[in-house]
Amino acid sequence: MIGLEHYLAVAAALFVIGIFGLFLNRKNVIILLMSIELMLLAVNINFVAFSSYLNDMVGQVFTLFVLTVAAAEAAIGLAILVCFFRNRGTIDVEDVNVMKG
Amino acid sequence: MTVAAFTFYFFALTTVMGGLMTVVSRNPVHSVLWLILSFLSSAGLFVLLGAEFVAMLLIIVYVGAVAVLFLFVVMMLDVDFAELKAEMSKYMPLALLIGAVILMQLGMALGVWNFADVAAANIAAPMSETQNTNGLGLLIYDKYIILFQLAGLILLTAMIGAIVLTMRHRTNIKRQNVMQQMHRDPAKAMENIDVKPGQGL
Repeated sequence: MIGLEHYLAVAAALFVIGIFGLFLNRKNVIILLMSIELMLLAVNINFVAFSSYLNDMVGQVFTLFVLTVAAAEAAIGLAILVCFFRNRGTIDVEDVNVMKG
Repeated sequence: MTVAAFTFYFFALTTVMGGLMTVVSRNPVHSVLWLILSFLSSAGLFVLLGAEFVAMLLIIVYVGAVAVLFLFVVMMLDVDFAELKAEMSKYMPLALLIGAVILMQLGMALGVWNFADVAAANIAAPMSETQNTNGLGLLIYDKYIILFQLAGLILLTAMIGAIVLTMRHRTNIKRQNVMQQMHRDPAKAMENIDVKPGQGL
């Protein structure tokens, strides 16, 4: 059987790739959202791996909730993106300064 | 190498490669497709871990809904992606630096932990003989029922929010007005005129 550390290493690599993507695609909001999805996937892999190795099913329940939140977040994020694109004609993050906050 | 080990390394490699190609790919449509590959292979990893239900859920929710949503948005928005990608090399050193630092920190944490006593006792006790889906159902609908309902509420909020954000009422186009159509009086809508021959109207 594959050790727990192997799964944790995969999850860590995926999480770091997600953060890497956040910094790499500073302008493209769509890829930013995809990077966030990757990071959440890494968290899910951690949850399921620990759940499997600790013989505790609660980890998988938490995975369900993370999945729910990720789906809701993607839907809202993309809706905001479509709305923003209609108003400004661009999806460049650096142009998001309407409110001058 | 056993079959399980081979399967694990195959899925792990495709997951990580899919993730990497998602963030560096030039075309966003390709990015979404790589993301789908990453999700599918992590579903394979979940099956390998004995979490079949979550694996199938990942395929249905992520590949079937979220990734298709991304694909729709990428294709609907008419954006010059080449221009957005042009400055990618500018951010590359910073991104590599931060990625390396975080990977190093995670790697430092990887080897030097051990299980708590509670967890050790848990490992010793084997998981109940019920199937994965069955056991999850017993947990969700019994012990975590309130959290489950709240998750449904989150999804409802997201649905309403997405509809409200993207719906727009155009005023300059013709629309069907059902009430107006139903209250139309045929007798007033048409008039017969007796035209005399050779005179016209």
